Amino acid sequence: MRWQYLLPVVVLAGLIGLFVFGLQNDPREVPSPLIGKPAPAFALEPLGGGSAVGVDSLKGRPVLVNFFASWCAGCQVEHPFLMELSRRGIEIVGLDYKDTDADGLRWLRQHGNPYAQVLADPGGKAGLDWGVYGVPETFVLNADGIIVYKQIGPMTEDAWRTRIAPLMAGGAE
Amino acid sequence: MIPEIGHFALLAALAVALIQVALPLLGVWLGRPRWMEVAVSAAQTQFVLILVAYLCLTWSFIDMDWSVAYVASNSHSQLPLMYRISAVWGAHEGSMLLWVLILAGWMTAVSVFNERLPRDVLAMTLAVLGAISIGFLLFILLTSDPFARQFPVPLDGRDLNPLLQDPGLVIHPPLLYMGYVGFSVAFAFAFAALLSGRLDAAWARWTRPWTTTAWLFLTLGITLGSWWAYHELGWGGWWFWDPVENASFMPWLVGTALIHSLAVTEKRGLLKSWTVLLAILAFSLSLLGTFLVRSGVLVSVHAFASDPTRGVFILEFLAVVLGTAFMLYAWRAPKLARSGELNLMSREGLLLFNNVFLVVASAAVLIGTLYPLFVDAFDLGKISVGPPYFNMVFLPLSAPLVFLVGIGTVMGWKQARLGDALRRLRVPFVIALLVGLSLPWLLHRKSELMAMAGTFLAVWAMLTALVDPWQRIRAKKNRWFGLRQVPRAIWGMSLAHFSLGLWVLGLSFVSLYSVERDVRLGPGQSVELSGYTFAMEGVQHYAGPNFDADRARFTVSRDGRVLAELDPEKRRYRAQGSMMTEAAVDHTPMRDLYVALAEPLENGDWAVRVYYKPMMRLVWLAGVLMALGGAIAISDRRYRLASATRRAAVAGGAEAAA
Repeated sequence: MRWQYLLPVVVLAGLIGLFVFGLQNDPREVPSPLIGKPAPAFALEPLGGGSAVGVDSLKGRPVLVNFFASWCAGCQVEHPFLMELSRRGIEIVGLDYKDTDADGLRWLRQHGNPYAQVLADPGGKAGLDWGVYGVPETFVLNADGIIVYKQIGPMTEDAWRTRIAPLMAGGAE
Repeated sequence: MIPEIGHFALLAALAVALIQVALPLLGVWLGRPRWMEVAVSAAQTQFVLILVAYLCLTWSFIDMDWSVAYVASNSHSQLPLMYRISAVWGAHEGSMLLWVLILAGWMTAVSVFNERLPRDVLAMTLAVLGAISIGFLLFILLTSDPFARQFPVPLDGRDLNPLLQDPGLVIHPPLLYMGYVGFSVAFAFAFAALLSGRLDAAWARWTRPWTTTAWLFLTLGITLGSWWAYHELGWGGWWFWDPVENASFMPWLVGTALIHSLAVTEKRGLLKSWTVLLAILAFSLSLLGTFLVRSGVLVSVHAFASDPTRGVFILEFLAVVLGTAFMLYAWRAPKLARSGELNLMSREGLLLFNNVFLVVASAAVLIGTLYPLFVDAFDLGKISVGPPYFNMVFLPLSAPLVFLVGIGTVMGWKQARLGDALRRLRVPFVIALLVGLSLPWLLHRKSELMAMAGTFLAVWAMLTALVDPWQRIRAKKNRWFGLRQVPRAIWGMSLAHFSLGLWVLGLSFVSLYSVERDVRLGPGQSVELSGYTFAMEGVQHYAGPNFDADRARFTVSRDGRVLAELDPEKRRYRAQGSMMTEAAVDHTPMRDLYVALAEPLENGDWAVRVYYKPMMRLVWLAGVLMALGGAIAISDRRYRLASATRRAAVAGGAEAAA
C-alpha cells in the first residue's frame, strides 16, 4: 500500500473532525442585544382572563420566561423538558405568543402545564419588545429582572445543564 | 390509515434493502448464482415499496390530513393543488423520502439495463446501492419520519414556505436529486469493480452513460435553481456562491471531470485508479452536499431545515460509507494501477489537464464553502467567504480550461502533433480574436479587457466545438450522408462544448455590462436605464389563493416605442405572514429588463429596483443545451448495441490489459 492512496482517507478524516467540531457550534446563535439589560416592560393579562400583570412581578428571584404557542411544533419538542424543570421546582413564566386563549388553554390541558404563570400575548406586542424571532424562545432573568441569557429554539437538556442552570444558581445567591 | 401504510412500506423497504445487501454479497462469496440474482428482484421490490410510501405521503398532502405533522407544517387549505403535490419535497422529511425514491429508481434502472454486465458485478453493484439505501431509510425512520402524527389536530396547515411556491421550484429539487443520487451508480460500480478487481475498459464503458445521465440531470437542476433564484429572490442575481449552491456545484465539477477521465480509461485504459477515485469523489460530494444542507453546519439562505441530531446521523453515515470506500481504494487501487505511457501532447494528456483544473476548482469551492468552519475552529470569529473569493479563484482556473477545450477535441489519442492541431484551428482562432476585440465595443461602446478576453474564449470554444463534426462531414463525398455518419456521441460532445462557449459569453456580458438602479417611484413617474424608460403606471391590490399582493404595472419603452408591460408583485402569504418579491422580466436573447418592487414607501410610492442585464438568457440556455448534449451523447448507438459492444468491450479490456 503506497502512501498516496491513503490520502483520501486522511482528508476525509480531517473533514469529519472539522464537521464534528462544527456541529457543536451553532451557527444560528444570534446574540440578543438585550442581554445584560432589564427585561422590557409589559402589561399582559393571564391566559383565560384576569387583571394585567407587569414585568416587575418577575423580579426578586431568577425566572425563566418562555415564549410558546399552541401552533408551534418546536414547543411540543421542548414541552416534556419544561415539565421536568417545573417538577424540579424551577419557576417558568409562559408567554402565549400570537395565540387565542381557547387554543392556548386547550394545548396546556392536553400536554400539561409547566408554567407557574401563563400570560397571553395575543398580538405579539410583548414578543416584539423582547426581540422574539420565533417561538419557542426562552429568556433567563436574574433576581434583578436583568436578562442574562436567551435560548433560541427548543430548550434542551444540554443547554440547560451547560448554560442556564449555572446562571440560575448564580442569580439565586 | 394512509400514513400508517406509508410508514409500514418504508419499514418493509428497509427489510428488503437488508436482504439486497446480505444475500447477493454472500452469493458472490460462496459462488451461488441464485443468491446473487436476489439483488435484482430486491431492488425492484424496494422501489415499489418506497413508491407506495411516497404516494401515501402525496395523498396525505392532497387530502389535507393535518394530523400528519409534516403535512400540517408544509401545506395549507388554500394552497393550490400543484403546490400541495410538490410540497411533499418542500421540507426536510419529504425531501429525504424523495431522495430514497430516486435512489430506488436508479437501482431499478440498473437492475433492468445491465445486459453487458457480469452477474457478480451486477450483484455487488446492487448490494452497494442497497447499503446506501439502508442508511437513508434508517435516517428517515429514526430521525425524520414524514408520517408522524400530531394531536391535537390543527385546524389548518402552516403553509408551504412561500419561496418554494414557484413553478421552477416544483421541478428543481427532483432534477437536482436525480443528479446527486445518480452519481451513486458510478460510485457503486466503482466499489464493485474494486472489490472484484475487474477494473477495465468494459467497466469504464459501462459507467459512462450512467455518469453522463446523472450529470445531465445535475446540470439541468443547477440551471433551473439559478433561474429560480433570479426570479424569486428579487436581487437580480443568478448565482450567489451560497453553501447550498456550492454543494450542488462541487459534484458537478467532479462529475464533469469523471465524464472526461472515463473517456480516457475507456479508450486508452489509462488513469484507472484516478477515474475510480473520481467516481467515489463525485458521490462523496453529493453526500457532503446533503450533509451541509441538512445539518445546518453552515449558515445559508437555503438552509430550510436543519437539526443537529440529523447532522450527526448523516455525518456518521458519511464516515462509514466514504471511509469504507476510500479504505477499499487505498487497498486495491495500487494493484490495479498500470503505469501506462501517457503522452501529454495527446488528447488524453489534455484531458488530464482538464481533470486537474476541474478538481482543483472543486477543491477551491470546497475550501471556500468550509472556510467559515475553519475560521470557527481556530476562533477567528464568524465570517462568510463572499463571492469575491470565488470569482478570484475560479476565473484563473476556468479560463485556461475553456481554451484547452478547443484544442482537446481536435487532438488525436496517444500521440499528436501540436502543430497539426493548431493548423486545424487557425480559422477559429482568427475569428475568435476578431470577434473578441470588436463585439464588446459594437454592443456597448465600451471595450473592457475582461469582456474582450471573455468573448474571445467564448467564440473560440463555440467554433472549435464545430471543427470536429465539420471535418468528419467534409471527409465524405456526400455531405448529407456525412452529416448522418457523425456519431451521436460526437454531436453530444460538440453541443456540450459549444454550450460552454455560449455560457462564457453570457457570463462575461452579464457580469461586466449589467446596469442596476434603486429608485423611488410613484404612479406616473418613470426612470431611465441604458436607453430604456421604465414608467410606473400604478399599483393595484389583489388577493391570490393564499396570499395578498400589490401588483405594479410598468411600461417599458425605448425611443417612444413601447416594448413591454411588466407586472412585478410584492406578496404577503397569509399563513406565515412572510413577504415575497415576484420580479417581472422582459427578455430577448440579447438582454433582460428586470423590475422588482422592494419596499412600499409613504404616499403610494415604492422603492423599485430596475436592472438591465445583457445576454442573461444565454447563461441558462447554455445550461439546457449542455444537458441536451449529454442526452444526445448517451443516445449513441454503441450504448444500445448491447451484444456488439460486449464483444468490443472484452476486446478492449484485453487490449488494455496487454
